[in-house]
Amino acid sequence: MKAAPFDYIRPDTLDDACACLASHPEARIIAGGQSLVPMLAMRLARPSLVIDIAHIDGLSAIRDDGDALVIGTMVRQAAALSDPLIATHLPLLAKALTHVGHPPTRSRGTVGGSLVHADPSAEIPLVAVALGACLRMRDCDGDIDFDAADFFIGPMLTLIPPTACLYEISFPKPKAAYVGTGFHEIAARRSDYALAAAGAHIEADAHGRVQDIRLAIGGVSDFPQRLPIDLPTDLVTSKTSLAAAIDTALDTVDFVEDMHASASYRRRVVAELAGRAIGDALNEITADLA
Amino acid sequence: MNITLDINGKATTASIEPRLTLLDFLRDVAGLKGTHAGCEHGVCGACTVLLDGDAVRSCLVLAAQAEGSQITTIEAVDGADRQPGELSIIQDAFCEAHGLQCGYCTPGMVLAAKTLLQHTAAPSREDVREAISGNICRCTGYVQIVDAIMLAAERLQGRNQPADGA
Repeated sequence: MKAAPFDYIRPDTLDDACACLASHPEARIIAGGQSLVPMLAMRLARPSLVIDIAHIDGLSAIRDDGDALVIGTMVRQAAALSDPLIATHLPLLAKALTHVGHPPTRSRGTVGGSLVHADPSAEIPLVAVALGACLRMRDCDGDIDFDAADFFIGPMLTLIPPTACLYEISFPKPKAAYVGTGFHEIAARRSDYALAAAGAHIEADAHGRVQDIRLAIGGVSDFPQRLPIDLPTDLVTSKTSLAAAIDTALDTVDFVEDMHASASYRRRVVAELAGRAIGDALNEITADLA
Repeated sequence: MNITLDINGKATTASIEPRLTLLDFLRDVAGLKGTHAGCEHGVCGACTVLLDGDAVRSCLVLAAQAEGSQITTIEAVDGADRQPGELSIIQDAFCEAHGLQCGYCTPGMVLAAKTLLQHTAAPSREDVREAISGNICRCTGYVQIVDAIMLAAERLQGRNQPADGA
């Protein structure tokens, strides 16, 4: 399998990369290449120019900005998975990363690449939506920020302007005393594309009262989405039934159907996975409170 | 464009088209046919090599992206100075545990195992399954491959050596 011919450039700065994008309408950015290279091989993508951003300084760093953890777009998924800052401040992302591809694709694949590729079943976009991450892009006119909740608009379709390059992602850090998370997905094979996935991030105060509950699902509709879910603040202690609240929240979702799974299967499974994810999160908080 | 890669400890320079994958560079430019071309779009894992010490799929890396990297292929799985015909401990374990039949997936499996055992000296069977989850084998049913990697782990830790004075 061979890609169609293209030119290749390896800019040293983000501004150079933006200038290349602006002057070549058919250009594509390559980060880790774990999604783009197969598309090139199958000639689903035929760019005139491939812009390799791997050598731009600063795009591979993870920094603590106080209220947020900021992850450079070129941070490899394997590096993110073993990063102590992410493990401490973004436990939901750490859990989700274990489901991203396989070890050999995680060693090349990047956090930013997964976000802009926007596969509906991808885990990193799901977490970005759940946590309300801010995606920072640049083009020749300057910086543009997107809220992850608005960014994904269809399968492999985002609001990224054609001349912009994602350079970092800012994830808000938890604010409350206790944080619990859970992530579950189901796929045909281990680490394959998720047929349904759910991630939950719950924050509780020192008395175990829920301050914030964030539930997002992926793989079941055209893009990952956060579900508005109505649960009482004494959730940790009251053992309220989750099933009815999850079911109501799922009424807003437009489930997809394909050769792998029917819409009704996806709805049934994602409800169960969401329940497990919230259950795991509550159990973590309960354990920390004890 | 001209690129230089360190392949099994040897600097290799060539003029290439940007669309050339690392897989085709290894097989067709460097002449190292031990890295197998399978699906060529990142599904089967047959083309797994080590890039700066970590397992990657060489069909999903453009040769141009790998410029300046150190690549290890199956030909040098135990170091570049291994004698022809000599097997590494991992390869030997694959033979002993019947971890291969047709052998097409084996170079990728061995390199995936090598990365795992570099990071995790005493893996669980679950760790092994995760490490080879991106490598497809159509012959063995995987059980003997997991056995082989567990055996290799044991041997690399020296646990099959007789105790002193035994």
